[in-house]
This record gives sequence, C-alpha cells and structure tokens, in this order.
Amino acid sequence: MSSNKIRWPSWPLLVPALALLAGILLVPLADTLIRSVSTPGWTLSNYSNLFTDGVTLTVLWRTAVTAATVTAAALLIGYPYAYLMTRVSPRARGILLVIVLIPFWTSVMARNFAWIIILQDGGPVQSLFEFFGADDVVFYGTTVGVTIAMTQVMLPFMVLPLFSTLGAIDRRLLLAARGLGSSPTAAFWKVYWPLSRGGVMAGVILVFTLSLGFYVTPALLGSPQESLVAQLLAQRTTLLLDFAAAGALGMLVLVVTLVLVAWANRMGGTMSAIGVVAAGRTEGRR
Amino acid sequence: MTSSPATASGPAIGRRRYTKVDPIPWWLKAFGGVVVIFFILPTLFVIPMSFSDAATFEFPPRGFTWRLYENFFTNPIWLDSLSNSFLVATLTAVLATTVGTAAAVALSRMQGRVARFVRTLLMVPIVAPAIVVAVAVYIAFLGWQLTGTVLGYVLAHTAIAVPYVVVSVTGALGGFDPQLLRAASSLGSSPSRAFVRVTMPLISRGILTGAIFAFIVSFDEVVLALFLRSPVFQTMPVQMYNSVTVEIDPTISAASSLMVVAVTIIFLLPQLLRGRARRR
Repeated sequence: MSSNKIRWPSWPLLVPALALLAGILLVPLADTLIRSVSTPGWTLSNYSNLFTDGVTLTVLWRTAVTAATVTAAALLIGYPYAYLMTRVSPRARGILLVIVLIPFWTSVMARNFAWIIILQDGGPVQSLFEFFGADDVVFYGTTVGVTIAMTQVMLPFMVLPLFSTLGAIDRRLLLAARGLGSSPTAAFWKVYWPLSRGGVMAGVILVFTLSLGFYVTPALLGSPQESLVAQLLAQRTTLLLDFAAAGALGMLVLVVTLVLVAWANRMGGTMSAIGVVAAGRTEGRR
Repeated sequence: MTSSPATASGPAIGRRRYTKVDPIPWWLKAFGGVVVIFFILPTLFVIPMSFSDAATFEFPPRGFTWRLYENFFTNPIWLDSLSNSFLVATLTAVLATTVGTAAAVALSRMQGRVARFVRTLLMVPIVAPAIVVAVAVYIAFLGWQLTGTVLGYVLAHTAIAVPYVVVSVTGALGGFDPQLLRAASSLGSSPSRAFVRVTMPLISRGILTGAIFAFIVSFDEVVLALFLRSPVFQTMPVQMYNSVTVEIDPTISAASSLMVVAVTIIFLLPQLLRGRARRR
C-alpha cells in the first residue's frame, strides 16, 4: 500500500509530554510517597498518626461535610438548570452553556475577592438579611460563605454530565405516563428521575471529589479555626516543614480523589465533561 | 393530512400535542434566570469597587476615582508581578502548546489500550487536587533549587496546562481526514512537509485555542504559585492573594477588574475567530 510511505512511528511525539508529566508530577509525587513511609525509618506511623492526632480527623470530617453540602446545593441548582437546557432552543442552550462556564473561566483571585466583598460583614448579602430581620447572620470567615462560593464554581461539573444524560431521555415517556393517568410529580419520580440517575451519580461524585481539594476559597473566605484539609496540608508543609506528615495526608487526599474520579468515570460522562469544561466548547459535536 | 385515519397521522398529531401539553413551566424559567444571576453577578462586583475612594474593601464603594488604577500602574510591586505573570504565561503557552500538540497528534494515530492509558494519564493534572500537586512539587523543587525561578514556574505550569492543549487539539484532529495525508504523499510530499502543509493549517484553530487556554491556566494559577514564590519573584495572582491576606490593599479591585476584562477578552477570542470562520 502506498500508505506505508507516510507511516512513521508516532510514539516519539509522546515523549516530551510524558517526560514532563513524569518529571514534574509523578517523580515528586513518588518522592512524597516514599518520604511519607521512610521518615523516620521504614514506618507507617505518618499514616496512623493521621487518625490519632485528633486534628486531622476533625478537619477531614469538616471537609467531607462541606464537600457534601456543596454537592447537594450544586445538584439542587444544577438539575433544574440542566433540564431547562434540554428544553430551550439550540441558541438559548448555547447561551446557557456559556453562562455556566463563566465562573470556571473567570480569574480565581478576582472571583474569590468578589465573594469577600459580597459576603463580608456589612456587605450586600448581610445587609439583605438584616433588611429581612436576620441581624446576626455571618458569612465571611465561616464554612457557610465557603460553601456558597464553592458551589458557584463547581456548578459546571454538575450541569455538564447532567445535561448530557437528560438530553438523551425521551420526553415522550413522560407524556405516556401522564396519558396513563400519572400525576406530573409521580411521572417525574417514576420515569424521568430513574433514567437520569447515571448523570446524577457522575455529577455528584465529580463535584464532591473536586470539592475535597479546594485551597484558595477556604483560605480566603473561611477561618483558620475551621480549616479544611487543603489548608492543613499547606500549613504542615510551609509552616511546620513536616514533609513526611504532609506527604501522608497528601497521599490520602490524592488516592481518595483518584479512586472517586475513576468511579465517576465508570458511571459515564466524567472525562468528557472535564474535556468540555477544559476546552470551553459551546456546542458539542451535534 | 390531519384528516387521514389515526394510524397514518399518529406521529404528526403526537408532535403537535407535544408542544401544546408540554410547555416549559414559568417557574423553571424564573429559576434559570436566578441561577444565571448567581453565575454572573458576583464577579461584576469588583468593577464598581475598583473606582472606590475607600482605603478598605467596604461596600458600597465610596466616590469615584481612578486612584486604584493609577496605583496599579505606578507601583513597582504590582507592575513587576504583572510582567512576571506575562513572562511565565507566555513561556508556558509556547512550551505546553508544542508538547501538547505533539502528544495529541501521536495519540490520534494510536489505538488500543496504550493510547487510552496515556490519554487518561495526561488528564491526571486536571483531576489531581492542586494542593497535593503543589505540595509535592514544592518539596521536590526545593531539592532541585527551582523554587522562585522562572524555569520552575514554567515547568510546573506547563505540566498542568498540557492536558488543556491535548483536549483542544484532539478535538480539532477529530474532524481531520487522514486520507488528505495519503493524497499529499501520493503527490510526492514528504511526511514532515505533509504535516506542515496539510495537517497544521487544518488543526490550527485547535492549536490556537489550546495555546490560549495554556496561557490563561498559567496566568491565573494561584496554588502552585503560592508555593513556588520567592520574595524577589512572584506572579500577579500571588500579589493579589497577599493584598487580601497580608496587606489590606484595595488596589486588588483594580487588578481584579483588569483580570476579569482581560481573561474575558482572551476567552472570547477563539469564539470570535470561530464565528468569523463560519461566516466565511
């Protein structure tokens, strides 16, 4: 075949990317892992300490609760939004998709600074609550404020897998259910919701997982007394210079994250959702 | 057509009923509107703040003045951090685009388990928590004496920017017909010439998009930058971080507004280019 002429091996083109990935990511991570089990001497004490030092478990629990709250909020907001996206005209759908990606692509520091202004004591949100008679609601320096700001930026990761699942559901099934005498609520829960569960699972796992690793938002909007795991990790590294303990905690967070992402990926749509978010694609391939 | 027996016109009637029985409820539209505000409004708050005369972050902003912008463009600390960010982001964009495009081209020609594994591996920097990566990179770079150096920043940022280039170039390659290369070859073109003359122009928009994303990823990156900073070299997001945590410096509102406007323009660039190409 004449095509043999243009067949030169492709793998050398991968070498720079893989070398970079290995040198900048894999080697440091492996180094961190080895340090965490070899300081002092070969031991797992750095890992068992995580569960006995009294601080780490509390922080891990608080992080999990915060991530779960963000996930629940993102699902409650994202599900109707994704549903709306499946119903409107293609043009409106494109606009809704761009809007959902806005928080993801606005500058991290600008976005967090904006939330500081909005949620600070005496800021617009607090004034609004005071207007309605709630005088002592505090957002800045609390996990509530952190949760609100995190939900905004996590929404694309909920909306995109949901949108791809909901878009594939044949809505005539709902009409069939109605025609057979079902109420709208029952038709939703018995027909639509079960069909959407794959997307819900993918979005829930993805948002929960990514929320576990947030650093800048809790560091700026939260308080040191209510720190999340990323702050603890940073503190142990840069202030306490306890690289072995930090490494053990980092490995724990990394393994949990990768396992959950792999699981979400198996539920479908995750990697493509990340791809869409990453590439900021407005309209898929349709 | 509608007067024919039910069996023949079933689908038509069904479709007509479909829009009638099944409108989008008004509350869903209202809800969508509220969510849109939740997405857009917060970031816009920084713009009125940047014209405030107050020495703190108080809201609503007081007076109207260009003082904060003046400070941003005259204060060497802010200006240095801005030029540092530009330097790092430009070098990152060049390196990540080269490396990522090569990887995407290679992956598009490979099939099977290995290709799928490499593809997943290359996505790890996006899903791995930034803080874990930052801690590991920080500890390693301390040993290699790369913290606080331009090379250190560029290498670290390139590692996390490459996946974005791979995704966007892979997307462009998806619409590429390999037969074209065969045609080029049968017309006597060498493989490298065929790549430059045939493949490159066709995937150039994907490459450009990838380069833009790589630039933004680096320009806006905070977590790694916080760990890699040195007293003499820090990027703009780190200076913004300092101005909230250490100094209470309202100049950050000017910096934030500039960032929002700049990133929005850069982000819209590929969309505008794509729109123009479609009209052509």
